[in-house]
Amino acid sequence: MNETAPIETGFYTEDMTISVGPQHPSTHGVLRFVVKTDGEVISEAIPDVGYLHRSIEKIGEKVTYHGYVPYTDRADYLAAMFANQAFCMAAEKLAGTEVTRRGEFCRVIACELNRIASHLISVGTFGQDIGAMTPFVHALRERETINNLMEEICGARLTYNYIRIGGVGYDIFTETCNRIIEFLDHFGPIVDEFNRLLSGNKIFIERLAGVAVVSKEEAFSYNLVGPNLRGSGIKWDIRRDIPYSIYPELDFDVPIGTAQVGTLGDSFDRYWVRIREMQESVKILRQCLKMMPKGPAIAKVPKKFRPPAGECYARVEAPRGDMGFYVVSDGSEYPYRVRIRTGSYTAMSIIDKLSKGIMVADLIALIGSLDVDAPEIDR
Amino acid sequence: MQAYLDQLIKDGAFAGMPKEVVYAIAMVVVALVVLSAFVAPLAGVTSWLERRVWARMQSRVGPNRVGPQGILQWLADGIKNLLKEDLIPAAADAKLFSLAPYVVFMGFLCTFVVIPFGGSLIVADLNIGILYILAVTSLVVVGILMAGWASNNKWSLLGGMRSAAQIVSYEIPAGLAILTIVFLAGTMSMQGIVRAQGWGPWDWFLFNNPFTFAAFFLYFTAALAEGNRTPFDIPEAESELVAGYVTEYSGMRFLFFFFAEWGNLYVIGSVATTLFLGGWQVPPLPIFENNPVLLGIAQFVTFFLKAYLWVFVAMWVRATLPRVRVDQLMALCWKYMVPLSFVCLLGTIGFMFVPSNLHRIISAATLGFAIAIAIIFFMRVVFQIRSAKPELYFKPQI
Repeated sequence: MNETAPIETGFYTEDMTISVGPQHPSTHGVLRFVVKTDGEVISEAIPDVGYLHRSIEKIGEKVTYHGYVPYTDRADYLAAMFANQAFCMAAEKLAGTEVTRRGEFCRVIACELNRIASHLISVGTFGQDIGAMTPFVHALRERETINNLMEEICGARLTYNYIRIGGVGYDIFTETCNRIIEFLDHFGPIVDEFNRLLSGNKIFIERLAGVAVVSKEEAFSYNLVGPNLRGSGIKWDIRRDIPYSIYPELDFDVPIGTAQVGTLGDSFDRYWVRIREMQESVKILRQCLKMMPKGPAIAKVPKKFRPPAGECYARVEAPRGDMGFYVVSDGSEYPYRVRIRTGSYTAMSIIDKLSKGIMVADLIALIGSLDVDAPEIDR
Repeated sequence: MQAYLDQLIKDGAFAGMPKEVVYAIAMVVVALVVLSAFVAPLAGVTSWLERRVWARMQSRVGPNRVGPQGILQWLADGIKNLLKEDLIPAAADAKLFSLAPYVVFMGFLCTFVVIPFGGSLIVADLNIGILYILAVTSLVVVGILMAGWASNNKWSLLGGMRSAAQIVSYEIPAGLAILTIVFLAGTMSMQGIVRAQGWGPWDWFLFNNPFTFAAFFLYFTAALAEGNRTPFDIPEAESELVAGYVTEYSGMRFLFFFFAEWGNLYVIGSVATTLFLGGWQVPPLPIFENNPVLLGIAQFVTFFLKAYLWVFVAMWVRATLPRVRVDQLMALCWKYMVPLSFVCLLGTIGFMFVPSNLHRIISAATLGFAIAIAIIFFMRVVFQIRSAKPELYFKPQI
């Protein structure tokens, strides 16, 4: 593709091919883009995925249903709780298991805490991509508190293995609930501080407003999900539109992009949706902690879990969008097939289209604003 | 300095040596002393301080292991980097590659010749002092471009090209902002500029008139851009260009670039202090009357603190702001800063014709305006602390 354009003087220009990644500071993991640039302006950026492939789907065929739950943690280790939940929901649907009511509440509390943690990482590293170092550390500081809470809830800080088929592994104690409320009281003002530090920053807004705009039609046709889709102004949230668990009983908004600084669907809109989703999660958590019923946290589920033959698809709203588990059972102890649908993988496909004509610095902003996550892309 | 040397020659301390040789040897000795006793520790301690200040702003601890509070961290880093292999990539242009760090380093080091640390503490009071600083700092861009080109790495090349465009552009607003002061002082000599001001803030060129007040911020912004500091650190933007022009460097050569960067911070601060903040001027207290040594120390400390304040501000800016994009950087320079600095220049020229009584009132108003800005700033800080309820931690040690 190196088109040479001879000019009368005898000079000619040539596209430069740069390999962004797999080891690059702002690809957040082992991602690679083959970028063709004319100086600073990108003419093409082809995503190259597969560096972090761990055959999680294939492993599913070799382990039991109970045994597969820890593997789902690794599908997206920034939001492990959601993969847990999606797989357990699929298995429960196959076997017709009822989840206990307290179990559902525990699930939602753990998931929403995890969503805040994941979004903190997302907006923090996004700030770092744009060049602001302090918001990243502040975001990680808050996430550290969430990790401590998670450790109290389930004993793990990153790969939780908390949600089990039929409920959750451990009940949430009252003291932990109080500590979560303490954290929420502290976290509200911190989000405002974060906005004063980063979101309202003139340079930050200038860098993002109108950059890498995804129109509504493009968002549909490229199958974007989650905050990326909502950033383009489409009100679609699995929690609200295909309700699962106890979400229908809860009162929460679905934030969408409003084009407040630039064009609808630009990088800032996607960022801003995440910030507001964290505030919505705080709202959900407060309601859950207030409404939490008494009772067992996990239903009686046989150790040898053998769902009847059949297939099912369960989807949850993960921080990176619609996460789905497609599980086929042949009636044996092992799943016949497991397939995972993740948001980051489809988000990768739009990068090639959006990157035409933007600058190298904008490509980094684009990758950050789509919040693509290497483990989730490759599974 | 030169007078003292002439006195020694007259006394016959260097009998049998031509005058020029004595001067040359003295220059080398002074340069070595300045380099080893002042510049190296200064850049090193600045690097440590930046990491500490930065860490505190980010609620981290920062380096605190080597020496008390980690103050010797820079020595440990220096020794580590000296012991590393001097790696030159096979595809690199070896000669240019090894030369580039020294060109950058030299560009920053030469400025120390004319920096007035005190009334008599200056290596050479050139009559074109400030012009000389502008000239030698331009050498840095040659070194960076050499590094970017010779590394034979695409990231380095992009970084080098960005840097060349950036530094050359920002020379103009910086130069124009400096020119306002040259007009007011009527001299380009650094000591002359300091002597044209007084010890009190009302006598500083910063508050001379609203245009010099604006010119100061124009100069500081442009100097940050010339020194490749955030928010203008696009030549080494680590999230975009991996490490920019230093991508292929390692060991001591790598360190030289950063040595120059941290040292350059102090140069920015001291030029700003000399031009706008009254330099080393101290109040004429009676204890200084017959005590030139004490006077010299007081002047040095005054100058050092004023200059270091701006080093601290640069660290603070780095911890706060994101990075601008290349085209925004150029637009900021050519669309806003260059016209504004022309306005400042013409405005200052206009003020030179204002009668002195009116001039005094306007100076006082400018000073009042600056104090109002400071008060608003502290009110914002109080608001911030009240609303975010941070755990305040005043202990200096950690």
